[in-house]
Amino acid sequence: MVLIVGEERQEKIAPITYDLIGEGKELAEKIEEGVDCAYIGNRKNAGELLHYGLDRVFLLESDEFIEEEGASSLASLIEKIKPTIVLIGATNRGRSLAPRLAVKLETGLTADCTGLEINEKGEFLQIRPAFGGNVMATIVTKTLPKMATVRYKVMDRAHRTDEKSGSIQDVEPVPYNKKKILNLYPIEERGDITEAEIIISGGKGLGKKDGFKLIEEFANVLGGVVGASRKAVDDGWIDYSHQVGLSGRTVKPKLYIACGISGSVQHLAGMQTSEHIVAINENEAAPIFKVADVGILGDLYEIIPRLIDEVEEYRKKMGS
Amino acid sequence: MRIVVCIKPTPEGSELAISPETGTLEREKGDLIINPFDLYAVEEAIKIKEKQKEVEITGIAMAPPKGDSALREALALGCDRTILLTDREFAGADTLATSRTLAKAIDKLGFDLVICGMKSTDGDTAQVGPGIAEFLDISHVSWVSSILELGEKMVVKQMLEDCYREVEVGLPCLITVTKEINDPRLPSFKNKLKAKKAEIETWGLENLGLNPQECGLKGSPTRVVKTAHPSYRKEVEFVDEKGFIEELEEWRIL
Ligand SMILES: Cc1cc2nc3c(=O)[nH]c(=O)nc-3n(C[C@H](O)[C@H](O)[C@H](O)COP(=O)(O)OP(=O)(O)OC[C@H]3O[C@@H](n4cnc5c(N)ncnc54)[C@H](O)[C@@H]3O)c2cc1C
Ligand SMILES: Cc1cc2nc3c(=O)[nH]c(=O)nc-3n(C[C@H](O)[C@H](O)[C@H](O)COP(=O)(O)OP(=O)(O)OC[C@H]3O[C@@H](n4cnc5c(N)ncnc54)[C@H](O)[C@@H]3O)c2cc1C
Repeated sequence: MVLIVGEERQEKIAPITYDLIGEGKELAEKIEEGVDCAYIGNRKNAGELLHYGLDRVFLLESDEFIEEEGASSLASLIEKIKPTIVLIGATNRGRSLAPRLAVKLETGLTADCTGLEINEKGEFLQIRPAFGGNVMATIVTKTLPKMATVRYKVMDRAHRTDEKSGSIQDVEPVPYNKKKILNLYPIEERGDITEAEIIISGGKGLGKKDGFKLIEEFANVLGGVVGASRKAVDDGWIDYSHQVGLSGRTVKPKLYIACGISGSVQHLAGMQTSEHIVAINENEAAPIFKVADVGILGDLYEIIPRLIDEVEEYRKKMGS
Repeated sequence: MRIVVCIKPTPEGSELAISPETGTLEREKGDLIINPFDLYAVEEAIKIKEKQKEVEITGIAMAPPKGDSALREALALGCDRTILLTDREFAGADTLATSRTLAKAIDKLGFDLVICGMKSTDGDTAQVGPGIAEFLDISHVSWVSSILELGEKMVVKQMLEDCYREVEVGLPCLITVTKEINDPRLPSFKNKLKAKKAEIETWGLENLGLNPQECGLKGSPTRVVKTAHPSYRKEVEFVDEKGFIEELEEWRIL
């Protein structure tokens, strides 16, 4: 079996869960096995997960995610159901939980994978960026289960169906009393870019903070949100929450437009799986053009206003 | 209070020596410095020492012999003692073997608090901290951006994607710290000179009482079987503004 570990955030199912189910199903098909989900959270959400074509949902009922409790309970579950592969989200919670679990099971754990494959020999290949994104490493694990944490937004999500499948089975909690969550303060997800369908990003090529006004206007016209490269963030032109890339957000929108961004490996690491990529840059040799479907060569301050005009004209013509 | 800080000696600079022919890492080249994220761990330990009585800080690293340069940096910054875990048998460790080896040494030293960086700039897994905690059978809190209280128990602020949590944990425990926690100081010239001459204590397999099967490559369930530069295959099509509109139409964005 493939076991995926679902995640709950403030009583909601974290979207990484659907990425894990989607990827879990793909792998399970190749090794001709099924997919189970272990869910740490509330019963209502576990019930919702029955709509995603899983074989079983194992519920560890908990109000508050505690790494030590999760690791102990999941370790006993895994020893019982003996999955071949265990996938966990490469989120802050997941990356805090998974190493403890791997040590308990004395098995290998591959971090923050962006690709998972089964090769002709049936080996499980785990692909991940390391060295600040300069290297893609392929890792194999010789023990069972083979564990990996998976980066958000790089895998194909599972879709909900109206039918239900499988059933909920309760996991015995192993209470842990050396740790207490005193308070939880939600961070306002103001202008969160990870869920956006259209992202227009600006980089150092804007030349000045004011350049983001143009990017914002462009984003408004297309119904998108504003992203940025790290240089633009480091220069204080825009808030970190907009940063796309290795040390920022990973995004996978329908359309990503990079304006005045050179396309460093670290930036590409955060957006190369976008469905469609457009790059606007004055340098034909900029590496961003290696991942772009469409390029527009020239000064962004001339190009973007023209694009805005064209889109508005198109809309007028189509009567919308 | 006995604080142990885990310091990973890492290659300097973000541009790493990668052989263009084979795509493998040329790890032998260049000096080893303190993993930049571990500077925050060292700084936090020093800040605790400045505020509390009887604090002893031990910096510990598992690395080849030349990793001593990173520990000298740690001494110059204010660690009281440093230990370099080095042995041929430790080479090629994945995070499981690394965590086990470090945990064994930390256990031998005795401790109240272990502080790790949030991740390394090379291996970049963020797995070693929680792994050590599990081997030591103690609590851990990852992604700590602030220590709010420190006494018999500690209260820390843990950063998650959607929220931050105030977590109370009993000592002994382990934390991994983020860049928000402090502004690391620079070592003084005088301390740098002093650290240059200091004797760095080294421990090997025998000092730790570990079995060679549990360390290094032999004790590692994962293997890096291939490293490559990220590759991109697309063929870009250059267009003008009319072409742009046509593409958006085709992609059903307009
Ligand atoms: C560990 C690590 C993590 C990192 N994480 C990230 C990350 O998360 N995100 C990230 O983005 N970077 C990250 N970086 C930084 C990254 O290496 C690059 O420095 C950064 O992405 C460059 O930003 P840029 O493309 O905006 O700037 P530059 O590389 O300076 O590129 C500017 C581009 O604008 C073009 N240009 C200039 N003027 C115009 C104009 N008038 N019209 C059109 N084009 C113009 C230029 O031709 C050039 O291609 C990281 C680096 C490291 C070492
Ligand atoms: C390209 C590549 C990919 C890799 N991928 C994986 C993988 O997916 N899974 C896996 O198990 N191993 C992997 N490894 C091996 C892993 O990098 C090593 O085990 C390494 O010794 C520790 O992991 P890290 O660098 O990721 O440290 P992290 O877990 O990111 O480091 C976190 C903190 O732990 C402490 N710490 C870590 N290492 C040491 C040390 N040697 N001495 C003292 N303190 C330390 C520091 O405080 C550090 O800030 C990979 C190695 C390479 C070269």
